[in-house]
Amino acid sequence: MAFEYEKYLRPGKLPHIWCPGCGHGIVMKGLIRAMDTLKLKKEETALVSGIGCASRLPGYIDCCTLHTAHGRAAAFATGVKLAKPEMNVILVGGDGDGTAIGGNHFIHACRRNINMTYIIMNNYIYGMTGGQFSPCTPTGHKASTTPYGNPDPGFDIAKLAIGAGATFVARGTAFHANQIDKLIVEAIQHKGFSVVEILDDCPTTYGRRNKYKSVIEMMNRLKEVAVPVKAAEKMTAEQLQGKVLTGVLYKDETKPEYTAEYAKVIERATAAK
Amino acid sequence: MEKTLPKIEIIEKYCKGCHICVEFCPKDVLEMKGFYASVKNLEACIKCMQCELRCPDFAIKVITE
Repeated sequence: MAFEYEKYLRPGKLPHIWCPGCGHGIVMKGLIRAMDTLKLKKEETALVSGIGCASRLPGYIDCCTLHTAHGRAAAFATGVKLAKPEMNVILVGGDGDGTAIGGNHFIHACRRNINMTYIIMNNYIYGMTGGQFSPCTPTGHKASTTPYGNPDPGFDIAKLAIGAGATFVARGTAFHANQIDKLIVEAIQHKGFSVVEILDDCPTTYGRRNKYKSVIEMMNRLKEVAVPVKAAEKMTAEQLQGKVLTGVLYKDETKPEYTAEYAKVIERATAAK
Repeated sequence: MEKTLPKIEIIEKYCKGCHICVEFCPKDVLEMKGFYASVKNLEACIKCMQCELRCPDFAIKVITE
């Protein structure tokens, strides 16, 4: 039976603003399926985003939503979570919003291990503002501000999150649409800061500058580069050259969670009065 | 046993003509008709739901019994 996406969407908001073939819509569907699997209540779920194409996502979903300043989704979401620890706080955003302008907030949210889920849609570019290169644009690739090729090496968001202290890190792609909701479900269930990086396509500002002929070619590239973690164990370093690992990359359930630790601080401070 | 066919509903108001459903259908059920996707060969549909799953624009529904 067809999945009833409508019950999670704000009426009258479709069609969405994303370009033809943009993977953000596929990720939004994955998020809705994950919310449905977990039976998340609308009034107990907060979707927080910054600025950008991907950050428009909370506008379409019918739950508590917060569309904040550029890159500050993690800061606002930390406030929401600390004020109401029973809320399910989910952050959404793109690679530019999350790792460049919001890079500082991102690493510190990871470090605190606060119980939230950050879904980063990595399309390798700033789409909304006109295709400037982002920290995730691969070396040599073209953007509107690097017409002769980007000299910078790109960020690996998953490794950055692990290094900064996130306790659940997963990666999926817009091509592997079936896997997206499963990763998000696992991330939301995890007690601690969880990061789900979804590799995405931006046909309008990234694809056409980098000689991708169509959306289909971009989707097929995602299919080619993705290697599941288990399959990668049997592959040599040479075979893994240029590939990206997908699936659950890191999970640590031993690290204390921030809201629980903060409650202890409140307890100690109250007792000391 | 007689094969029951699904109903493939394409909401043209939402379709942006990205070709994803047409290209990723394993049975070549869909085609582009002008700007929008449309059903070409419903008989071949195996209800794999790939088009509904992948459509970024919420424009396809595969309604099965």
